Amino acid sequence: MRLAINWFKYSAPSTFYGLAGKLIPFFAWPAAILFAVGLYIGFFVAPTDAVQSEAYRIMFIHVPASILSMFIYLIMAGYAALGLIFKTRLSSMMASALAPTGALFAFISLWTGALWGKPMWGAWWVWDARLTSELILLFLYLGFIALQASIEDPRRADRASALLAIVGSVNVPIIYYSVQWWNTLHQGSTIKFSGTSMHVAMQQSMFTILVACWLYVIAISLARVRSIILERESNTQWVKELAEAK
Amino acid sequence: MMNWSEFFAMNGYGFYVWGSYGVALLVFIVEILMVRHRRVLALRQLRLLNESGDAQ
Repeated sequence: MRLAINWFKYSAPSTFYGLAGKLIPFFAWPAAILFAVGLYIGFFVAPTDAVQSEAYRIMFIHVPASILSMFIYLIMAGYAALGLIFKTRLSSMMASALAPTGALFAFISLWTGALWGKPMWGAWWVWDARLTSELILLFLYLGFIALQASIEDPRRADRASALLAIVGSVNVPIIYYSVQWWNTLHQGSTIKFSGTSMHVAMQQSMFTILVACWLYVIAISLARVRSIILERESNTQWVKELAEAK
Repeated sequence: MMNWSEFFAMNGYGFYVWGSYGVALLVFIVEILMVRHRRVLALRQLRLLNESGDAQ
């Protein structure tokens, strides 16, 4: 018995396409506003750091990008697994929609980390556990995208890339705990559940930009998944009757 | 409030700070443009399909 029951009305590509279209502005505009607010706090409210003077301000984009590069990967692997297990096409499409954004955040994390590391550590790159596992994360994203692109049949492409995504997800805890397991040059986490030693304005800026990044990721992946739906469902009746496809 | 030249100098770390934020901004802009472009292509493809469909 093929488990193709329709879990929720919006899990069908046709209804989700319309819903996603309406939702995008509600994520995109708040993201832009929060970015502006977060950057303002980060550059005009947060004080100069005693040790790093102004270079530490890279933190306000480096930390959110790094956090998101890991979370997006887990969400991508989750959707891929859902698509693999329940054969729900939309789940696999969401995984494909998230991959490029996740890869870009991993790249931003590595790039801003290097530009922060050069003045502070004296090196653009070191084969440190945290940096190396983040680089592997970037390669996993690129591997997922390449695998998707190289297989003609979307179903087989989803299955193959889902396996890669699921196996690769073991790397995310490694990144997270790398600073504790190995004696790394990269510092441990400054923000703990018990609180943080960071100045309040610094926390506000970083948290605001983190939320802005989250909203951005949702908006951009919803927009991308709509295109994936149009591409993959092009022979269906509902797509043919779409106003924008006339 | 410090003046603009001091602001951009970032106490000597300007290259690193603006190199980070500049590239991050560039990445976001390029991604948005690529997603828009992908939609244009998808819709163009659909119109072609519809036209060839009507022609039969």
